[in-house]
Amino acid sequence: MRSIRLPGMYLREEDLRKLVGVIEYTPRARYSYSAGQALSEFLRGLREGRILGRLCPSCNRVLVPPRVYCEHCYTQTTEWVEVPGTGRVESVVVSYIGTARERLEKPEIIAVIRLDAPGYGRDSFDFAGLFHKLCGVTEDDVKSGRVIGLRVKPRWKPLELRTGSILDIECFEPEVVESERA
Amino acid sequence: MRPNIYVKDKVAIVGAGLTLFRRRLLETPRELAWEASKQALDSAGLTLKDIDCIVIGSAPDAFDGVHFKGEYLADGSGGFGKPTVRVFVGGGTGVMTPIAAWWHVASGLCKTVLAVGEEKMSHAYPHPQGVFAYIWDPILERPLRPNLIWIFALEMARYMHVCKASKEDIALVSVKNKRNALDHPAAQAAANITVDDVLKSEVLVWPVQLLDISPVSDGAVALVVASEKIARRVTDTPVWIDGVGFTLDNTHWYNRDLSYPRYLEYAARMAYKMAGIERPWKEIDVAEPYDPFDYKELHHIEGLMLARRCEAPKLLKEGYFDRSGELPTSPSGGLLGVGNPIAAAGVMKVAELFWQLRYEAGARQVKKPVHKAVANAWGDLMQVGTVIVLST
Amino acid sequence: MSYVRVAVIGIGYYGFKPSVPDLSFREMMLEAAMRAYYDANVDARRDIDVFISCQEDFWEGIAISNEFAPEPIGGVLRPTMTITGDGLQCIGQAYMIIKSGLADIVAVEAHAKPSDIESIQEIYELSLDPQVRTLNIANPLFQAGLDAIAYMRWSGARREHLAMIAVKNRSRGLLNPRASHASKLSLDMVLNSKPVIYPLTRFEIADYTDVAINIVLASEEKARKFTEKHIWIDGIWWSTEVGSGAIEWHEWGRMPSLRLASREAYRQAGLSNPINQTDFAEVEDRFSYIELLALEELGLAPGGAHRLLESGFYDANGSYPVNPSGGSLAVGLTLEATGLWRLLEAILQLRGEAGGVQLRDARRAIVASWRGPPTYTSTVAVISKE
Repeated sequence: MRSIRLPGMYLREEDLRKLVGVIEYTPRARYSYSAGQALSEFLRGLREGRILGRLCPSCNRVLVPPRVYCEHCYTQTTEWVEVPGTGRVESVVVSYIGTARERLEKPEIIAVIRLDAPGYGRDSFDFAGLFHKLCGVTEDDVKSGRVIGLRVKPRWKPLELRTGSILDIECFEPEVVESERA
Repeated sequence: MRPNIYVKDKVAIVGAGLTLFRRRLLETPRELAWEASKQALDSAGLTLKDIDCIVIGSAPDAFDGVHFKGEYLADGSGGFGKPTVRVFVGGGTGVMTPIAAWWHVASGLCKTVLAVGEEKMSHAYPHPQGVFAYIWDPILERPLRPNLIWIFALEMARYMHVCKASKEDIALVSVKNKRNALDHPAAQAAANITVDDVLKSEVLVWPVQLLDISPVSDGAVALVVASEKIARRVTDTPVWIDGVGFTLDNTHWYNRDLSYPRYLEYAARMAYKMAGIERPWKEIDVAEPYDPFDYKELHHIEGLMLARRCEAPKLLKEGYFDRSGELPTSPSGGLLGVGNPIAAAGVMKVAELFWQLRYEAGARQVKKPVHKAVANAWGDLMQVGTVIVLST
Repeated sequence: MSYVRVAVIGIGYYGFKPSVPDLSFREMMLEAAMRAYYDANVDARRDIDVFISCQEDFWEGIAISNEFAPEPIGGVLRPTMTITGDGLQCIGQAYMIIKSGLADIVAVEAHAKPSDIESIQEIYELSLDPQVRTLNIANPLFQAGLDAIAYMRWSGARREHLAMIAVKNRSRGLLNPRASHASKLSLDMVLNSKPVIYPLTRFEIADYTDVAINIVLASEEKARKFTEKHIWIDGIWWSTEVGSGAIEWHEWGRMPSLRLASREAYRQAGLSNPINQTDFAEVEDRFSYIELLALEELGLAPGGAHRLLESGFYDANGSYPVNPSGGSLAVGLTLEATGLWRLLEAILQLRGEAGGVQLRDARRAIVASWRGPPTYTSTVAVISKE
């Protein structure tokens, strides 16, 4: 690097507003995504309060969320298998910000759930799992490290409010609530 | 992994250049690409006439706010009546760009390539985080209204749990890199901070706090890549590309253990095999592991096999990864210190190794003699490993 | 330069319908990939060294679409990457990767689900330079009209010649089961319909099609090991004339990118007189005028493309068939998969598997694809059978 003087002119936010010819433009991109064979059935299952996976005939693992292929064996999956929906917390965090980085009034607790499903070793690298919100634990519980490994189950929305969406599961919650444990 | 490693033709980096990294730059994306390209060509003593092919690297189109971003950047990157192509592997794009430049030359079809990384995140308004709302699976993930930092926080929390690493251990990366960046002329977030500063900064998604993260940046970086014959003609100190590797893990990131970046290990094994490196922890002299978050540098040091699993935090505390240490990492200041214009930041890491190996890094030059170096980048839904091994 | 010959050893596709609502794009990718790997007689997880997906974020509606590339094509934990370019350009990257010695077998994938996109014109608008967007031009594909007029002016081609392309290609597609936009047209029908982008009518602008395509390439050594069906890539090259933010610098009415790409592809293939040394061509025809312009730039139009068109020279039973598949006007536009199906149709011809559109005695072909407005990037390939 011979020169220390690098190209580029820093622009502060207030200076941006003073520039001539600033263009404001909002992309108008709209899509209607096809869920496809596997996810359509999965979403139907959620509406009925069931979590469905697909069996890989080659490695005998049940894949949740389901897909028509097992990406590890590159084999087509063969049958639908319902899993109980219970599992344990693989990782968990507390979010204080929303999608556009705005501060949230009430923080959210987010987790990866390792679901109980056939075909996996207890601590296998790959597992059946979902990514969802976690209820029934506090921020302090998360920060103390007590929540990782906790047994959880899905809390379903009331039947009449379910629409065939991942949000039909309101959140995952501890299998045993603190008060009962005591 | 079975790629043919018996590559005959050597490929070198012969020039590098970059713009400032800042939260917002006045220049348009095309102008940024041009500024960096011009610097790179000047540093190699070449002009655009000497360049056969162009490789562009840039991350989501949504940042610059232009569909077909590679086409949009083409003329700024020198793609004017020339074969031009854009590679895109999310955050891993920065290192993928010189990898693609490598095969352009190694194929014998191009003699010289301009490899340009550009990103202008400030176009996304009010905050580029809004763009990340669209990276998710539209059916299973987007309804949860996720924030990008969620998933990295999930990875960090898992790493802390499995490796019993504390927030303090991890904050040291941020302290080291921001301090290193004080000597980098492009740096946006260089600072002398303490572990305490990191722990007191705004908590975004616990365990991730403001100073655990690299900033949002505009910037561009370019490299000139050439065949052995040309390299020897234009410079006395070519930096050879000895190995390249890249891997993509599955899309279902919540179906695998996040405590270890196996995708990076696979990519690193490919690159090391090609470079003839058997014991990277002994043979590599200096590294630029990808550090958009502080824990990520430790994660990547382990994935690159420069330290054993869960051993990186301990070595970091001992000063092993300092500029004066046994295996300096991110001597540039990394993304945490210099800034993170996504694809450009990855190319910046490769440019830093180019200067380190030529002993041209000035105040940033590491203490020990250097001969072999490695850089990586990472991206998508914690899936991408891109690795490049350089030597003199 | 190491002289490694590169062959196509497998092809697979799924879709070729205006809409495939029952499958997700990932499931379509799987269908195409499995067929291609079966055709190539390779095991995806063992034999393929590198996987390339060709896609653009805004076509997918996903900000980092590369995330979804690996699973359905067997590329998980393998060297898999994305090129944001036309599928034929990705074939060029695979060609380089094999020649570099990095890989012996490479799978190239491209897919398109325009039926999932509700605002495709708005996305085209997003591809224009922000300064141009402020002009609020109603149809972002306006460049096609400017180029058509400029082409007609220098070449002497008339309005009727453009319409003849629509008639030739859309009618030819009736013989091709993959052509969902084929129809029996007369010259009057085309000329009497209202222009959409002057001078082009709706019959002269290609419609959209959903598809997934997968093509497997191999070095000569591996090609001979796995299959007996080899289609050789004799030459392939691409070129960008100007950036899409600098369209004012474009040479209107011309396509230098096709010209430059073809000259290098011909050089690699050792062609000095392409029209005599090849048997047919699948060339860009997303707009009627571009087929004629492409033939000019590719050096396949001695004496003027429109005059040869008049004489039936480019008909399927003519001296030099052009777009025997029916071209984009019949098969459709498949976003980044467009160049890939042009290549696919040419491969089917050379293999003798083209069914109703099969030509007699096809041994060598030219495939030329443009990425469409507002880009000025094109790729040209020369392929042959042994």
